[in-house]
Amino acid sequence: MNSSTISTELPKTETTAEWPKTETTAEWPKTETTAEWPLWEVFVRAKAGLDHKHCGSLHATDARMAVQLAREVYTRRQEGVSVWVVKSIDITASDPGDKDMYFDPMEDKVYRHPGFYELPDSVNHM
Amino acid sequence: MTSASGSIHLEVTPPLQYRLRIADTCLIHAQRLAEWCGHGPVLEEDIALTNMALDLIGQARALLTQAGSLAGQPGGEKPSEDELAFLRDERQFFNLTLVELPLRKASVHAPGGDFADTVLRNFLLAGWLKALWSRLLSSNDEELAAIAGKALKEARYHQRHAADWVMRLGDGTGESAARLRAALERAWPYTAEMFQRDEVDAHAEAAGLGPARDALRAEWQIEVAAVFAEARLDLPADTPFISTGTRGVHSEHMGFILAEMQVLQRSYPGGAW
Amino acid sequence: MYTQAMDTAPKEERRAVRSAEEAVLEQRFDERIDAGGSIEAKDWMPEHYRKTLVRQISQHAHSEIVGMLPEGNWATRAPTLKRKAILLAKIQDEGGHGLYLYAAAETLGTSRDQMIDALHSGKAKYSSIFNYPTLSWADIGVIGWLVDGAAIMNQVPLTRCSYAPYARAMVRICREESFHQRQGFDALLVMMRDGTEAQRAVVQDAVNRWWWPSLMMFGPPDSESPNSAQSMRWGIKRISNDDLRQKFVDATVLQARVLGVTMPDPLLRWNEERGHHDFGPIDWAEFWRVVGGHGPCNRERLAARVRAWDEGAWVRDAATAFARKQAMKEQSMKEQAA
Repeated sequence: MNSSTISTELPKTETTAEWPKTETTAEWPKTETTAEWPLWEVFVRAKAGLDHKHCGSLHATDARMAVQLAREVYTRRQEGVSVWVVKSIDITASDPGDKDMYFDPMEDKVYRHPGFYELPDSVNHM
Repeated sequence: MTSASGSIHLEVTPPLQYRLRIADTCLIHAQRLAEWCGHGPVLEEDIALTNMALDLIGQARALLTQAGSLAGQPGGEKPSEDELAFLRDERQFFNLTLVELPLRKASVHAPGGDFADTVLRNFLLAGWLKALWSRLLSSNDEELAAIAGKALKEARYHQRHAADWVMRLGDGTGESAARLRAALERAWPYTAEMFQRDEVDAHAEAAGLGPARDALRAEWQIEVAAVFAEARLDLPADTPFISTGTRGVHSEHMGFILAEMQVLQRSYPGGAW
Repeated sequence: MYTQAMDTAPKEERRAVRSAEEAVLEQRFDERIDAGGSIEAKDWMPEHYRKTLVRQISQHAHSEIVGMLPEGNWATRAPTLKRKAILLAKIQDEGGHGLYLYAAAETLGTSRDQMIDALHSGKAKYSSIFNYPTLSWADIGVIGWLVDGAAIMNQVPLTRCSYAPYARAMVRICREESFHQRQGFDALLVMMRDGTEAQRAVVQDAVNRWWWPSLMMFGPPDSESPNSAQSMRWGIKRISNDDLRQKFVDATVLQARVLGVTMPDPLLRWNEERGHHDFGPIDWAEFWRVVGGHGPCNRERLAARVRAWDEGAWVRDAATAFARKQAMKEQSMKEQAA
């Protein structure tokens, strides 16, 4: 990265991280520990010719870390294996399968997770 | 083969010592990294650090196995990788002193290290190993060149991973930057040893076995400076301090490391594992 | 196994079904379970089903993570380079398994931080077996043989669990687990068959200390596990505690003979009529003591996890801060370019 032309002052060490306002993620609820790293879904293609398969998730702070960690955890760094990572919250899901079993027809996230929901204003300090 | 105390004693020739310097550096660094197993700051990183330790053990094993076949002992058999690892005495280990310094665990006589020490050491060491392995690809010793081929890929990966962490800590929070600076103050003096030149280096260079250590400095320095710039770290000033692990004279930490590492083989002479 | 304390816990209050719509959903849910079908993350599920799974999966995950500690205790003392590599790979697998399980639990509405918080505060449990100390290298072999052996017996049925993300994680885990038990057994076999008298004694001593705790891994007797029934109805639990325990004893006795070790149970003998091995009474007082926090290593294990987490906070914070700064830089560069 080149030296930036923005001056950013080093943020004070806080107990919750604030996400840039352009993102739509909700702030994590305050816990004794600090803000949690975002969740990423991992897709792995075992070898050329196959599809990428969803194999689980992991926590990472950015895409670069997510890909590296996905290789460490889900492929044990095997060569020739392709890895995709996507922030869980960026996946839009719909599951028409069995409408009678559907959790919530309006819900378009991959699954229920505390990080995917907007908190009420009283809790959301952004 | 073994003396009454259980130790093996090698006749150390320059080509043997050259190989053991690399093997022992990998082995002792892996030993320290293994201390993090189950104690990492985040689960994903715990797994990554253990992966790194496993790579280094693999490199050490390959080198020790080869070294064993070269090591002549008066009267006899070639020592195995395990005999070299677990029955050599301290004075016949030739790792960089840098890898002996604490990484996590405190001991009775020294405070422990922290994650900043760990990622910084990983970065400094991986860069050195990478420079070394890349030149060993053209070693006259085909087996050594083959080992280098595999190890180079691993060293590149380790360096990339560690560099990312150095930048994260250097340009993260005030606390992480302060810890990283402190880690650098501790580690830097021990990097001088990485680029010394002695008769063992000269011998290897002349025989086409591998590079002398001083040949590695330029490349290493450039890469380190680039990452340090991103991490907002200043290069510390060089001092006259030179550590001497590569000559078999270690820090006070080494005795404790070996006592722990070698305990079982020494407690159960003749045992089967 | 990961619900040792849950089996006997007072039944959670079941909220009365509120609407006719929910009644229909619950009926369809039950039909799918009875037909052996899978429940995915976004399917409707009874709240009690969801809560039970969150507890079980997270406790399973915690067990893997805490389980790294007794074995990690010997990582720096492994007797050969090969054994060292095998042990590190095994511990790393366990970390990975914990991670797959945390990921599965997160599909149910909990977060990693929340689960870790529950573990550290003592609200969530982990398998009692990891509260015992590893006092010799032979303990490492015995853990592979007995503890992983018991875990595998429990895990294979879980690959058919009704909740699919958990089942899929279990498939992945079972695939990787196969070498763990074999390696433990192999380490012991070498010591017993080719080792010194002193080594053989250490192996027998380790078996003496780990046998009964391994049997306790399967949880309280069926007669004292009322909540098991609901878990079995829901396809979360497939085989009862006692049945699994019996299966384990029968398999292990034969393996012990190959090793040349004896189990510390004078009442252990083959019963021709039953077609199984009888074994002596388990000291359930010890089990409840350990589950209740008063085993040999409970405090140390939890303290180690809490310390690792707390001392790692500055690292996690730094990574978060760095990512935030990078994102702001990128955003600003985009705006400038526009």
